[in-house]
Amino acid sequence: MKIAVCLKRVPDTTAKIVIGASRTAIDEAGVKFVPNPYDEFALEAAIALKEQAGTGETTVIAVGTDASQETLRTALAMGIDRAVLLQSAGSADGLAVARVLAAELKAGAYDLILFGKLAVDDYNHQVGVMVAELLDLPCISAAAKMTLSGTAIEADREIEGGVEVMGCSLPAVVTCDKGLNNPRLPSLKGIMAAKKKPLDVKPVTLDGASFEITGLELPAERQAGRIVGEGADAVPALLALLRNEAKVL
Amino acid sequence: MKVLAVTEQRDGALRKVSHEVVAAARSLADQSGGSVDAVVLGAGAVAGMDQLGGFGADQVLHGTHADFALYSPDGASATIASIGAEYGAIVFASTAMGRDLAPRVAARLGVSCANDVTALGVDGSAVTVTRPIYAGKVLQHGKLTGKTAIVSVRPNTFHPVASGKAGSVSALSVPAFTARAVSKGVKKPDAALLDVTEASVVISGGRGLKEPANFKLLEDLAAAFGNAAVGASRAVVDAGWRDHGEQVGQTGKTVSPQLYIAVGISGAIQHLAGMRTARTIVAINRDKDAPIFKVADYGIVGDLFEVLPRLTEEVKKLRSS
Repeated sequence: MKIAVCLKRVPDTTAKIVIGASRTAIDEAGVKFVPNPYDEFALEAAIALKEQAGTGETTVIAVGTDASQETLRTALAMGIDRAVLLQSAGSADGLAVARVLAAELKAGAYDLILFGKLAVDDYNHQVGVMVAELLDLPCISAAAKMTLSGTAIEADREIEGGVEVMGCSLPAVVTCDKGLNNPRLPSLKGIMAAKKKPLDVKPVTLDGASFEITGLELPAERQAGRIVGEGADAVPALLALLRNEAKVL
Repeated sequence: MKVLAVTEQRDGALRKVSHEVVAAARSLADQSGGSVDAVVLGAGAVAGMDQLGGFGADQVLHGTHADFALYSPDGASATIASIGAEYGAIVFASTAMGRDLAPRVAARLGVSCANDVTALGVDGSAVTVTRPIYAGKVLQHGKLTGKTAIVSVRPNTFHPVASGKAGSVSALSVPAFTARAVSKGVKKPDAALLDVTEASVVISGGRGLKEPANFKLLEDLAAAFGNAAVGASRAVVDAGWRDHGEQVGQTGKTVSPQLYIAVGISGAIQHLAGMRTARTIVAINRDKDAPIFKVADYGIVGDLFEVLPRLTEEVKKLRSS
């Protein structure tokens, strides 16, 4: 089975975000970058499926600048076989990114294409599903549990107030949610092996954008409120404030 | 601008978030001098669809298909895309369904989409959006310049106003589609729980609860409020105490309830990012120096095992009075 995972390099979730001089991008100075946490579930799923099958090939693909090579090497160190960097400055436009990914994925004739359900930087929350539409493939988004038997996929996706059970057949696109698995850490042996694995760099042009960023701003800081009191005796005063001052009861 | 509002139903009844979607679509139509159509997809009649006029829909388009008893990604996207190009904007809810469906329709129409939008505007023929990114650490302002602007709006952000006006309902033809990914059904938890993104009160617990069984105290308080959901910090989700669906913060959900009560949560940066847009924040924590008190409107310093039962009791009294 041929499995592809699409990966994005993002700032670590613990990073403090500072807006850059352009006001349309963040200041990357001093920010630690990591593989998108949701993409790690996709990487783990791909590696585990190949291990179970005993055969097959796993490929990781990123759209980004040369800085993404390090992120791709992390995926190779986890156990992915080969990497492709679609070299570009990237785009805020989800469809523009989906188009270059779809072109690369189509040429690879993959049985299963995995994404994280969203990237924790721009929260665009669309590229994986768009790629499925562009390739005319079935898609299950935000899978928190997945089983593959033969060519049939069954996956659970969390919806408001319940769990939706979805099914489709390979070839397919699945975007991965937390809960799917526990991503492995790269081993020392894996890190050494990753240095020798193939990483192809292919320049691409992203165009046809219909979404543009006009500005970024930091949200207003919340003012610290007040300590109503200590212990259970403060409860009546709290409820009075919620009712009469905040008017939320 | 003609605006299409994509509603959601479950078990043959419209979900409340649909009213918010219609309200958001109405605001776009009013800013640009246009009209609102609301699309309702179901296996048959959907309870509440005749009241959408009162929430701002000029016309309700009702598409029926046997597959629409459950969510049909391929059927819904084919149906909406078949009429989508007639509209200047299409508004979805940023829910599990909306975030699956909006990109499908966008790709079919050859445009991008903006998800989880908290403010909408019109600039000439473009639609402007504000979206929290980095889980709310940054607000992104952007512009959709395609022929059709596709957005999904964050629940609890656009407030519906009911006028009691009736809306005309007309049949929408459903094109032929291939059901490639299908819903086999929805598993529901034992109790009908509200989702943290949609509840007007969210009560979240962290490590301070000491063990999973103690979340019962939060569930009791949520039951006393009646319109509340239970949330959790990343620490307790990673420890396996609670489901990921309840996690509030950067690798979980971003919530904007009327009232957020953080119990035994210290307030890590990634948690604060997920709840800072709540209208009112209450923190209950033993440590008076916990960072959560820096964002809370009201705090109680104390032992949550004493404070919570009292709070539940007082809320019950208030509710019954």
